[in-house]
Amino acid sequence: MTELADTASAPAPSLSTRFEVVPIVLFAAFAAAPLFATYSGAEGYVLSLLTRVMIFGIAAMALDLILGYGALVSFGHAAFLGIGGYAVGILATHGIEDALIQIPVALVASALFALVTGAISLRTKGVYFIMITLAFGQMLYFLATSLAAYGGDDGMTLSSRSLVAGSRILKSDFAFYWMCLICLLGAYAFSRSVVASRFGRVLRGTRENAIRMEAIGFQPFRFQLAAYVISGMMAGLAGCLLANQAEFVSPAFMTWQRSGELIFMVVLGGLGSLHGAIIGAAAFLLLEEFLPEILHGVSFFLAEETRAHLAENWKMVFGPLLILIVLFVRGGIMGLLRRPRHG
Amino acid sequence: MAEPLLELRNLRKAYGALVVTDDVSLAVQPGELHAIIGPNGAGKTTLIHQISGTLRSDSGSVLFAGQDVTSLSMPQRVGRGLARSFQITSILPGFSALENVALAVQARSGSSFRFFGNASQEKALNQPAMDCLQQAGLGARAHIPSGLLSHGEKRQLELAIGLATEPKLLLLDEPLAGTGHDESQRVVETLRRLKGRLTIVLIEHDMEAVFSLADRVSVLVYGRVIATDTPGRIRANPEVRAAYLGEEEMV
Amino acid sequence: MTATLLFVQTLNGLQFGLILFLIAAGLTLVFGVMDFINLAHGVQYMVGAYLVAAFSVWTGSFGWALLLALPSALGFGLLLEVLVFRHLYDRDHLDQVLATFGVILFLNQAVKFVWGAAPLSVPVPDLLSGSVEIASGLLYPVYRLAIIAAGLIVAALLYVLVNHTRIGMLVRAGASNAAMVSALGVNIQRLFMIVFGFGAMLAGFAGAMVAPILSVEPGMGDNILILAFVVIVIGGIGSIRGAFLAALLIGLVDTVGRSFAPNLLRLFLDPAAASQTGRAIAPMLIYIFMAAVLFFRPSGLFPVKR
Repeated sequence: MTELADTASAPAPSLSTRFEVVPIVLFAAFAAAPLFATYSGAEGYVLSLLTRVMIFGIAAMALDLILGYGALVSFGHAAFLGIGGYAVGILATHGIEDALIQIPVALVASALFALVTGAISLRTKGVYFIMITLAFGQMLYFLATSLAAYGGDDGMTLSSRSLVAGSRILKSDFAFYWMCLICLLGAYAFSRSVVASRFGRVLRGTRENAIRMEAIGFQPFRFQLAAYVISGMMAGLAGCLLANQAEFVSPAFMTWQRSGELIFMVVLGGLGSLHGAIIGAAAFLLLEEFLPEILHGVSFFLAEETRAHLAENWKMVFGPLLILIVLFVRGGIMGLLRRPRHG
Repeated sequence: MAEPLLELRNLRKAYGALVVTDDVSLAVQPGELHAIIGPNGAGKTTLIHQISGTLRSDSGSVLFAGQDVTSLSMPQRVGRGLARSFQITSILPGFSALENVALAVQARSGSSFRFFGNASQEKALNQPAMDCLQQAGLGARAHIPSGLLSHGEKRQLELAIGLATEPKLLLLDEPLAGTGHDESQRVVETLRRLKGRLTIVLIEHDMEAVFSLADRVSVLVYGRVIATDTPGRIRANPEVRAAYLGEEEMV
Repeated sequence: MTATLLFVQTLNGLQFGLILFLIAAGLTLVFGVMDFINLAHGVQYMVGAYLVAAFSVWTGSFGWALLLALPSALGFGLLLEVLVFRHLYDRDHLDQVLATFGVILFLNQAVKFVWGAAPLSVPVPDLLSGSVEIASGLLYPVYRLAIIAAGLIVAALLYVLVNHTRIGMLVRAGASNAAMVSALGVNIQRLFMIVFGFGAMLAGFAGAMVAPILSVEPGMGDNILILAFVVIVIGGIGSIRGAFLAALLIGLVDTVGRSFAPNLLRLFLDPAAASQTGRAIAPMLIYIFMAAVLFFRPSGLFPVKR
């Protein structure tokens, strides 16, 4: 019964013409951040942290597109981060350093991988789907560890960020920040459009009742596969950016733990709102970044040694925090933001 | 007699030793309302699954509009004009009534692989959807999330969705199940309005409704069709009476 | 030479497969009976290994350590059930995945906190140290043979338990229809606890058994967890028999594949390319195998009828 109540109170995505505060504030904050970064005195640090947030925002949003709108729990989405990253890294070692070539190659590679693995995975349902996407992710992970020519386990360092039409413009952290913001905005606008479109409506309908969709003449598989491919390509784009941000690519891009983190970001932000996934990514990365310091701060009454120990073992707080969020914060951060309006 | 719109030839389905559909042959004429009745466990729902393509048959064939559709999937059959409703209401609860119907319209009008443009604003989808809702007597409730509709309204919505797929033939699986008296009256009214405009195969438990609506009635007992005739003659058929004896009073 | 190598690798594969089975057995039951995805099953294997490491330092004997580790692993599993998992049974798979992921993060860090990040090593018990000659000129470590024997014994016990006892019957019934079992008046909550604790103990046992031959370190359960999932998905969720066969298959495919893929490829490629491609393909083999199985049998080899 709660299930029904949940779906009934979820906002109809069709009302997208309504003025929406959350995404506007969110993007305004991203646009204003470089100004604050300049005055903060730790410009490089702030910019690089926020750039990471935006990149993972793209990846989490890609996952939300199939998880939140299609109820497809992909546990292998980090693989696409890896594909994007390795496309940049491998092409760069062969002297192709221009993003205008690297990104299309990454998108095509992601699309192909999504098409093949999606076609197999989508034959299965439920738990089997979770597990088979996980297995495909692991497959790619092990492939990467065995690529001796490209660093194997250790990964490879990029000599520099990608060029754009031959220019070294991305060398500037500011320029790279803006590029990521444009990608994030573009991916968000595109996803919003997809969700409200005819295609998105079929996808959402399939999430609610696949058999009904067949009964009115749709073949859910084709729509789910197309959504999987779109999602994979978006995550692949995030992978390209991540490689450039870190100037480094390694199999660690696509561990299954990373896939789990992506799912957590989406759930933390709130399923099925797209900007929720960005907020979830931000909350996750900021928590990961600052939890040690927060722990150090709030334990002021303890001995310094214990405080340091606590900060060092922040994951022992992070894990239980995750469990508590799953148990008690239903609907994620977006759910919390929405609640007051519904009384 | 005209060529039947739907024809079942020697349809069979068994689960292990249990034969659920036993050599069923049946012809539904264009434009008629053909009811299939039978006591509980007669295999009515299994039969409708086989006709609609939800369930594969062990043997036999389904012909629709003169073509063999036995090997086609449910979506493919819907594409040819063979639509169905479900016994257990299976609408999309998070969608408004209008959107439920508009999706069915969408399935029939152009590609759904469009990634741009707000589907919920498309007049070309909403207008026909509204028409179908009105035909099913649900026009006033178009913008209510369908999960919040009453049980009877959900059944009317099922009908509207069925209509929106522009079927040549509509398979209705117990559209009156679980409805109260007033609600069932409304659904019967709707069916009466639709009758003659399209071919309907009605599976129903409510004898009163069946005998007042149907042009012809087939009686299914233990997976076999024991009689197909006009309502009047079915009522008088001793074999049918025997099958129903103790099950419920014939009207 | 290749024949003996193949023989040794087959034994290694068998031993690895049996360890996988011990982990997968609990996982598939928990999955089948409770419809519960427990990512934290791998850390229970890790905890088993750490417990035996800690107890063998304390008692100075592997045998005593094992005897103490088993009930401790059981108790630990039950504790987790009461604290966390019990609250997740009626949640969807997504919530279960996330919450148990949180348990992994916590425990991986917790063992670092208690025992440090450096790997621990557990000495092979004296009684089982050394090697035996299993064919002329072919030495094989006794301890690995002991693991194979222990794995087979546990598998046999499990078979009897599941197929010939009342509780086993309930578990099997629960795997195919939990609602029915609960309608029969069985205390489903208690059944869940028993299955859960038992599964945790089996995983802990597996961890304890491998402690002397692997390094005991944080995160050691993470990758084997994924393999255990591959096993139960190939075998068919809820099926002990499926898990057993799939575990042996995976153990053999992985172990034998790793050592023979380069050799096989040498038939088609020049040696350098063959060894490189072979090393690239070998770790992927089991995942390709799984994808192939699911392509033809989307519910695994032995789907439990529902």
